Amino acid sequence: MSPIAINASSSIGSSATADATAPVRIAVRNLNFYYGDFRGLKDINLNFHDRQVTALIGPSGCGKSTLLRTFNRIYSLYPDQRAEGEILLDGRNVLSSSIDVNELRARVGMVFQKPTPFPMSIWDNIAFGIRLYEKLPKSELDDRIEEALRKAALWDEVKDKLRQSGMGLSGGQQQRLCIARTIAQRPEVILFDEPTSALDPISTGKIEELIEQLRSEFTIVIVTHNMQQAARISQFTAFMYLGELVEFGETTKIFMNPNKKQTQDYITGRFG
Amino acid sequence: MVALTQDLVMTRTDTVRRSSKPTADRLFRLASLSSALLVLMVLAGIVASMIYGGLPAFQEFGFGFITSTAWDVNRDQYGAWVAIVGTLSSASIALIIGVPISLGIAIFLTQLCPAWLKRPVATTIELLAAVPSIIYGMWGLFVFAPLFAKFVQIPTSQLVEGIPFFGTVLYSRVPSGVGVLTAGIILAIMIIPFIASITRDILDQIPTILRESAYGIGCTTWEVVRHVLMPQAGVSIIGAVMLGLGRALGETMAVTFVIGNANRLSASIFDPGSTIASRIANEFNEALGLQLNALMALGCILFLVTFTVLVIARILIARVQTH
Amino acid sequence: MDAATPSNLAAPVAWGRVRRGRHVADQALKIICTVFTMLGALVLGWILMMLLVEGFSALSPAVFTQVTPGPGTQGGGIANAIVGSLILTFLGIVVATPVGVLAGTYLAEYGKGSKLAEVIRFLNDILLSAPSILIGLFVYTLMVQPMGGYSGWAGGVALAIIATPVIVRTTEDMLRIVPGSLREAGAALGAPMSTVIMSISWRAARAGMLTGILLAMARIAGETAPLLFTALNNNFWFKPNLMGGVSNLPVMIYQFALAPYQNWRELAWAGALLITLSILALSIVARMFLKKDGAR
Repeated sequence: MSPIAINASSSIGSSATADATAPVRIAVRNLNFYYGDFRGLKDINLNFHDRQVTALIGPSGCGKSTLLRTFNRIYSLYPDQRAEGEILLDGRNVLSSSIDVNELRARVGMVFQKPTPFPMSIWDNIAFGIRLYEKLPKSELDDRIEEALRKAALWDEVKDKLRQSGMGLSGGQQQRLCIARTIAQRPEVILFDEPTSALDPISTGKIEELIEQLRSEFTIVIVTHNMQQAARISQFTAFMYLGELVEFGETTKIFMNPNKKQTQDYITGRFG
Repeated sequence: MVALTQDLVMTRTDTVRRSSKPTADRLFRLASLSSALLVLMVLAGIVASMIYGGLPAFQEFGFGFITSTAWDVNRDQYGAWVAIVGTLSSASIALIIGVPISLGIAIFLTQLCPAWLKRPVATTIELLAAVPSIIYGMWGLFVFAPLFAKFVQIPTSQLVEGIPFFGTVLYSRVPSGVGVLTAGIILAIMIIPFIASITRDILDQIPTILRESAYGIGCTTWEVVRHVLMPQAGVSIIGAVMLGLGRALGETMAVTFVIGNANRLSASIFDPGSTIASRIANEFNEALGLQLNALMALGCILFLVTFTVLVIARILIARVQTH
Repeated sequence: MDAATPSNLAAPVAWGRVRRGRHVADQALKIICTVFTMLGALVLGWILMMLLVEGFSALSPAVFTQVTPGPGTQGGGIANAIVGSLILTFLGIVVATPVGVLAGTYLAEYGKGSKLAEVIRFLNDILLSAPSILIGLFVYTLMVQPMGGYSGWAGGVALAIIATPVIVRTTEDMLRIVPGSLREAGAALGAPMSTVIMSISWRAARAGMLTGILLAMARIAGETAPLLFTALNNNFWFKPNLMGGVSNLPVMIYQFALAPYQNWRELAWAGALLITLSILALSIVARMFLKKDGAR
């Protein structure tokens, strides 16, 4: 058993076990991604199961963030980036031009590495996302906002200052605000792009707890460069290297008994 | 940690979403693009109207219009030379006086000024730039000109009387304080804030490490300025100067007050003259027919010259980020 | 080796070898630069003093309540010119702001890397420094000739043409400062681009954008040349349809300052004082606004 696996074995895969029989929420088929002429993702085939946390790990430049950003087509903000292949969300290919990309993004939420509160009050930050697609009376809006803040474990800390600017919160609180903002839209999938790398250890711990709680309601994909974090909170792990998917499986298997030597080398820290 | 209660877990089908509004989005983009194109069209319009208005004058006088010193309303004879000379000479004087002072102020602000003084001095320069040109004109005419006549023009005229070159250039028959030199001085004061603040921004953008390494080997401030900062900033500062030149060429009201508005060409810079802008300002409202066209033609010439200067300036400066 | 004993160590090269000349040049530079800067402050102070001395004595309640007097008429005020200036400036800003903000938005948000945007940005900078008298001539050809006479509309348009490039430039500069991560976060919620721009980018940049608008206002409030052939000036209140020209402070000052009538000259000073104080106040407030919000 690899050293890291011994250290992490007590916390690998979190308290829930991986459920490979859960229906497939997102199916990636033959996905290729290009930055101009450069091929950033090569023939990716991968499944993400409903209400499970799947971690994408790998060294810098392996394409894990690139892959994440194809799910909500956020890359289309940049003209020279394009994706080819299929990404099926509940059976529908999100890469096809017939899909309304804005509505897609309300179904597939994203939390970024750097907390990005909007220059508005906390209340407005969360209402912003809801109001984009739903027309609700104010009382319902208040309820939804409270619901989102509770789920993001932020309600107690901000319930008395909802009208204050979101930018006045601490880093960890801001990130939870961003999570609440995303949850408020009731997406099906939440994408986390290295959500704790800009935070201190205590905030990181809180957010990891949060992700475990959110799992029961949302399908979660998390990109992390912190292997221990992946081992702690995910049920499935995909290891990527240089744009290719090297290995995918239940987290316990990947960390304790990987199939590929490359995976083993990365897990044990032989390269990074 | 708050436990999620079962009733907070919603199924996805409960959320009914209305569609995003693609037409509103497209409209907004169209509006932005149109506004941007409007800027383009206005500039094109200015060019077109100048040419359209001035063409009859060029047709009448040919290119001799540019070199002719005539300006006779009664006989409908017009030439641009007097105005062109006045414009160029007043602008040149403005640069000769204004550029060193601007550079001095920029150097002061970036190298010599103590931190507590920076904001007040910078604000002073900004306020100088904000003063309307007509106020400079009034100051020039009512305050500066009399003093200039008394303390500069009269003594100088007495001094140089009879001396070959200076006796003509610096001699003033009717020392009233107004004239080409006065206009040049007032213009200098007006362009100093512009050149100074752009130069200041340029100097501020030079990496501190460059400055510190020069001081570190024992250079004096002057040497740092001369051998490190100026060469580094060189081209951009020329651009800043050209921007000031562009302003000086087109300046109207201040010049109209203090240049004396003469139609004759004179060798002395103490004598009155006129610039293209001051000529137009003085005569346009009463002008008819060919005179109107001649004034438009003057505007055409001014536009061409200023446009060229500003294009060169813009290329040289390449977007200095201001404040 | 024990600690070096100072007396044993002779300096390899003696101190004091800096040439005299270098010091002199350095001192000379410092003195010159300081003197030049003081000159600038001196001129500003002198101008303000002139305005206060001449203008203050000309101030009276009549200045604010009566219209400009005709030639040879005694007394009078500049109320119509003040109101006219307010109207023209307002017109100019009301037209320039939407055009300027939208154009600046295009350059910053939609136009990244586009050739067209580069060209427009370039030409906008040219227009920014173009002689204002030529803009007056342009609007004369465009509006005054076809409309058959001077009007406040033409004056407003001329001022708008001067104000727009300023607003375009500041809007674009301020929007560029907004971090891209904020936009991505908005887009990730499914907001269409126009919503991201209006609700997030504009909101984030609003302090700077407002400052730009205020500065544009300060700029056009003092412009004379473009009004000479568009709104001109007269001794009456403005007509509701703004035809026949609209009296305004700058042109009034121009006409009255050089006039042979004593009361006209005094009114010119009063107008000069008022307009300069307003513009300086606007400039100071605008920059304070930017600094205050930027420090947040």
